[in-house]
Amino acid sequence: MTEIKLTVNGVTRSDEVEPRLLLVHYLRETVGLRAANVGCDTTSCGACTVLLDGESVKSCTVLAVQASGRSVTTAEGVVEADGSLGVVQTAFRENHGLQCGFCTPGMVMAATSLLAENPHPTEQEVREGLEGNFCRCTGYHNIVRAVLAAADKLSGDSAGAQAEVTA
Amino acid sequence: MSILGTRVLRTEDPGFLSTGGVYAEDVQDERLAGACYLHFVRSTVAHATIRSIDVSAAKEAEGVIAVYTGADLAAAGLAPSKPMMPNMNQAMLAPLLATDTVRFVGEPVVAVITEEMYQGEDAIELVDIDYDILPSVATMHQALSGERGLLFADAGTNVVCTFGDESASNRDLFEGCEVVASQVIQNQRVAPAPMESRSGAAAWGEDGRLTAWIPNQGAQGTKGALMGMLGLKPDQIRVITPDVGGAFGAKFGADSEHAVTCWAAMQLGRPVRWSETRMENLLVMPHGRAQEQKITIGGMRDGTVLAYRLEIIQDCGAYPKAGAFLPSLTRLMTPGPYNIPRAESWSTSVVTNTTPVGAYRGAGRPEAAAAVDRAMDLFADAAGVDPAEVRRKNLLPKFTEPLTTAFGAKYDSGDYVAGLEKALEAAGYQGLLAEQAKRRANGDALQLGIGLSSYVEITGPGGEAGGPNENGTVEVHPDGTATVLTGTSPHGQGHQTVWAMLVSDELGIPIDKITVKWGDTDLVPKGGGTGGSRSLQLGGAAVQQASRELLDVARERAAAALEAAPSDLVFDTETSAFSVKGDPDVSVPLSTLAEAERLFVRSVFTAPGPTFPFGTHVAVVEVDTETGKVFLRRVVTVDDAGTVINPLLAEGQRHGGIAQGAAQAFLEEVVYDDDGNPLTATFADYPFLSATEVPSFELVDMETPTSYNPLGAKGIGEAGSIGSTPAVQNAVIDAVSHLGVTHIDMPTSPQRVWRAINAANGSKEA
Repeated sequence: MTEIKLTVNGVTRSDEVEPRLLLVHYLRETVGLRAANVGCDTTSCGACTVLLDGESVKSCTVLAVQASGRSVTTAEGVVEADGSLGVVQTAFRENHGLQCGFCTPGMVMAATSLLAENPHPTEQEVREGLEGNFCRCTGYHNIVRAVLAAADKLSGDSAGAQAEVTA
Repeated sequence: MSILGTRVLRTEDPGFLSTGGVYAEDVQDERLAGACYLHFVRSTVAHATIRSIDVSAAKEAEGVIAVYTGADLAAAGLAPSKPMMPNMNQAMLAPLLATDTVRFVGEPVVAVITEEMYQGEDAIELVDIDYDILPSVATMHQALSGERGLLFADAGTNVVCTFGDESASNRDLFEGCEVVASQVIQNQRVAPAPMESRSGAAAWGEDGRLTAWIPNQGAQGTKGALMGMLGLKPDQIRVITPDVGGAFGAKFGADSEHAVTCWAAMQLGRPVRWSETRMENLLVMPHGRAQEQKITIGGMRDGTVLAYRLEIIQDCGAYPKAGAFLPSLTRLMTPGPYNIPRAESWSTSVVTNTTPVGAYRGAGRPEAAAAVDRAMDLFADAAGVDPAEVRRKNLLPKFTEPLTTAFGAKYDSGDYVAGLEKALEAAGYQGLLAEQAKRRANGDALQLGIGLSSYVEITGPGGEAGGPNENGTVEVHPDGTATVLTGTSPHGQGHQTVWAMLVSDELGIPIDKITVKWGDTDLVPKGGGTGGSRSLQLGGAAVQQASRELLDVARERAAAALEAAPSDLVFDTETSAFSVKGDPDVSVPLSTLAEAERLFVRSVFTAPGPTFPFGTHVAVVEVDTETGKVFLRRVVTVDDAGTVINPLLAEGQRHGGIAQGAAQAFLEEVVYDDDGNPLTATFADYPFLSATEVPSFELVDMETPTSYNPLGAKGIGEAGSIGSTPAVQNAVIDAVSHLGVTHIDMPTSPQRVWRAINAANGSKEA
């Protein structure tokens, strides 16, 4: 067993883990955060996507020990302080960007990472950015709409914040 | 204003988006405390006799609690399952764990139970199974010829069943036809691949009852399947349905792995959990489609179709499951929306040494649509008539009274030509033809293809005596909230929201105060689940009916409370209260009426029959004639499913269906080698559709209500996947038809397209 120390959704914790324990199983079984799902065994589907130091990773292909000393953010960690849905999550709901919900936490985190890298993506850039996240229900149509809407909302909000400062 | 027909956001979403759905693997329940983990050792060969199974090393491995083989199950009295229908060869028995013979790669042979999850992965590697390899029946033709032997010696044949009568075929079917075209086409095997693989958890209570958490499409059917496999009585099993991560027809009932999980929990007196890997899912969860069809179509040079024949071979895989039955649905829908004076079809279902075949989004009907719409294009090509004109000429004219086809399908209502014209207009068909002509004249490397499909499908069928039916229960509580129980079982469709809309519309209770429950067999003992696009037209109608009947009950109580005649009362949905006509101050709300005595109604809605949604899809593709690569550029669809209750959700169903159907046309295929070895057992090998491979879809609205339920609604869950497959396939062929190509099998991969082009121009590279 190996001791790891890391931050999960802003909370610092340390645990004894098997060296081969996958990050996704650490999050689900040890920490009890079960939003991230395991959808495949070849790093293809992205249902397990979380942020590691702010960048999206597929947590089925990261060992828990590799996350030691780093910061992990999951879908549970992007809700607002008052418990309401975050901007990307809200956009998914408003655009019906989810049906069965299994890919959704991973999709939300991949979209969050995408928008951090590219705040004003085109439709094609959204599609390419989410190519590693599979969905069987939506045909991707409303997921793409949701991410574009979230981009608008995020840029609108930042413009709004600037306007407030100016005033 | 009624809430029905409006774009209400889903009330189930916040949980899915934040903490995530609670799927079987996520279930935390005290009954599952201390659960151990089950893993299966699966056959690595397609067909073999099992000479010996050595589990001794596995039993000694760290954390191993028990190891079970088929012999252990047999000793406990668990018998193999017979095929589901009496017309299927009853000697084709499916064991829970293979005993003497394995019949496909992935078939479960040994169950290993460990304390911890990872220990099971280690321990299954230590089981040693010695096989005597048998010849593999890898294809349907090998099954029919018998050249590689039989899967079931006792059956005496590889044929499971037939539908239709080949011997009654009309030899003169195509007499008088000026043009006849014929083609053998593949409706290839695909993987349902819901994002959540199969899973389950089981616990036995001290009362001797089993509680099983299993992802499913109808808990009642799942319970029935478990009863059959485990030999249990109805009162011994409770099935609880967690959130379900997609199903697409592949999660009806229960599989042998679920039964073994439940049985192991009983043996051990401990709860057991099982979850398969994606590779196991792609190897074992029943595949879809898997038909070879021979289509022959004939008619006149002006584009009038006179005759059509559809001959089907259905691959059932190693054990007859729903797949063996699917061709009967394909046959039922043989002529689709077309008025074909002479049509006939028959089918033969065979077993092969491959993964069993089952229901997959559309289940038998996409195969019918793909056949007839491919046939229409072959005919159009041979007759030299525009494919849109051929459809216009041969579609059934508008009808409002039910119309029975020669195959016994009773179409409830339809306006097929209007659907075609709307789709063509929205697509800008004439402009597309002009663009295509320009590229052809220029000899562009990137050619444009336009593909059409006009379909009709059957939704909400049911074998129930008296007509398809479903139950719904509505209860209003003293605090003004309401609870709905439904026999349907959503796994992404949004029944929590829509059933609440239906109740709210009748009772005036806000949707966020309405709880919808399903999938617990103790709570909802009866129900047909969700599949065959049945839910809204049967389950939704039942909930609406129960709400109305609840108002009848409440009216009597209100009359007593207000000391007025029931007929003198009016119900106001604004206040969810009854008041005396002309005296609104004298009123009593439903919540008050629920105080003295529970206020609830359980109702069963029965439809006169299934309904038949229809539409037209137009697909536009670009095909790189130098590489054979297909780019799907546009999909424009009319999908008329009658009255739409929540357009946001109906559109979502269409999007998903369109994408899945398109994926079959140009991407997805389960492939086996000549020995029955699967070559597409991971998402790295199976070309699952991604976001870059489809465009945004262009949906056109059209609503032709049905008279078969008060909502006017038909099913929408499968329509997208029925129309889009032939539309996209036809578009790809259309893009290169001027080069002499008349057919390309699905999926229209670059290799197939490139070869077809080369074959058409006589190149040896084909």
